[in-house]
Amino acid sequence: MMRSKMWKLSLYLFIVGFILNMLGIVSHVVVSSFAKRWFGGVLPPAYTTDWFAYAWKNFDLGQVLGVTLLIVVVVVVLALAIGFPAAYILARRNFRFKSIILLLYFLPLVIPQMTYGIPLATTLYRYGVGGSVVGVILAVLVPMVPLAVFVLMPFFEQISVNLEWSGSMLGASRAQIFRRILLPLMVPGILTAGVLILVNTISNFELAFLLGGGGSQTLVVALFYNMFAGGVRPVYSIDAMAVIYMGMVMTLLLVALRFVRPTQMVFKLDR
Amino acid sequence: MRAVANDEKSEFDALALFCLLPSLLYVLCMFVYPFLYGVYLSLQPPKIDGFSFANYLAFFSDPYQYSTIWITFSLAIPTTVVVLVLALWLAYGMRRGIFMERTVTTILIMPISLGVILLSEGILGFYGSQGWFNQMLLGLGLIKEPFILTHNYAGVMLALFMQQFPFCFLMLLGYISGIDPSLERSARMLGATPSIVFRRVMLPLIAPGLAIAFALVFVMSFAVFPSAIMLGQPAGTTRTISIAAYQKAFEQYDMSAASAIAVVMGLCQLAALLVIILFRRRLSPAATMGVGKR
Repeated sequence: MMRSKMWKLSLYLFIVGFILNMLGIVSHVVVSSFAKRWFGGVLPPAYTTDWFAYAWKNFDLGQVLGVTLLIVVVVVVLALAIGFPAAYILARRNFRFKSIILLLYFLPLVIPQMTYGIPLATTLYRYGVGGSVVGVILAVLVPMVPLAVFVLMPFFEQISVNLEWSGSMLGASRAQIFRRILLPLMVPGILTAGVLILVNTISNFELAFLLGGGGSQTLVVALFYNMFAGGVRPVYSIDAMAVIYMGMVMTLLLVALRFVRPTQMVFKLDR
Repeated sequence: MRAVANDEKSEFDALALFCLLPSLLYVLCMFVYPFLYGVYLSLQPPKIDGFSFANYLAFFSDPYQYSTIWITFSLAIPTTVVVLVLALWLAYGMRRGIFMERTVTTILIMPISLGVILLSEGILGFYGSQGWFNQMLLGLGLIKEPFILTHNYAGVMLALFMQQFPFCFLMLLGYISGIDPSLERSARMLGATPSIVFRRVMLPLIAPGLAIAFALVFVMSFAVFPSAIMLGQPAGTTRTISIAAYQKAFEQYDMSAASAIAVVMGLCQLAALLVIILFRRRLSPAATMGVGKR
């Protein structure tokens, strides 16, 4: 009994430690973004909000945010539009090469983006779309289309095929079945998939970095480049930019968690 | 329309083709084709006509380049082992639910959603030599000199751990909580101690999931890029293989050599996956899934 108590206790200590470490990491960035200056010491001696204005002006954040939102919206819409019909077929039908297709769709999710990003960037630059907003969208869609398929599939599997049969027996056409039966029942699935694609696209670094050029940097990529200009930019202004990014992600995540269970954020094993 | 449901015969018709085609074309054109093109390009160095292995020979004869393989392995393997052991321990302890589970899991997945860049910036501040972590340890009198945890090997390990741990933990939690709890109860009733239950009953059932988790975490760690630059020494001890590939492509504009390095990187990952798959064959499949907590 004693040993199992100790075990449970160490478990909770680890969780508390990990949470404190996460909160520390995040709040260090937040505190630093409000600091006038901060060398050592537990808290900065004086606070200011000037760094946000500085970051907004000097990092051209208006333009960067605009590009980020454009990319995110287009990726979400396209990934859902391409993934939705594929998920329907893969959930409903049996055919010979199904497992090969599933494996093919699984690969972009498990192979690191850096590994396929370099040949992909090479190809896209050769066709002249590298370094543009279109290039970033095309590249980010590579993992997002399969993500849409794999998130939507279980939702289709939960909808009884009898509903479709009853509909067609009562004289509904394919289009009517789609619009009046499948689409309304798929709303939770579409929301889940949409939110996951949204969060993943905003925080996507590798592909957006390899394909993004001057006017097509997303917020994360701009953040990375400005950290590198280190020494040139005050660290507080970079942290202010990081806080703006964090605010955006956290808002989205809070909205997301109203619809999505956290454990759905990772793929299911052994389907 | 469909006459027989769940029939073994093919149900592939015009509608299926029409629905599947856009996504299939996308994956073929944007994923498979660039891969093949990358392999082709890597075999065609700019100054030589026809096929040649010159890029690969150059990579494997330059210590500055081939040492990146060793550096990457020495980052990825320890990280994967630590992540896996801790995630298994935590997920196993949480298999029947814990206090405030939803809040805890939400905070645990924070690093996934914040993204690696923000995480690295936070680690730079928090674990830096003047950060709160070192201030706390100094204040408690545990250490005399601050730990140097950034701009070195330890910093990259730290970032990789924060990134991979939540992912691995959630995967294992899903897997473990799917194991039929009555198996454990029967074992306990028949007199097995908790450690025997874990070793003889649960671990064999978890092993296949553990193997997949190992493979995924390892492959992702092997491609570490932004955190190796921001938290490590990208010119020295943490110059990983993806940094080498990036420099060839975007600093020297030698796409052919960059593709060769990307191919080497892919092959290393593939080799690790094959080892895991072969190892997994020898493990018994879990036939008791899907009855647990969820």
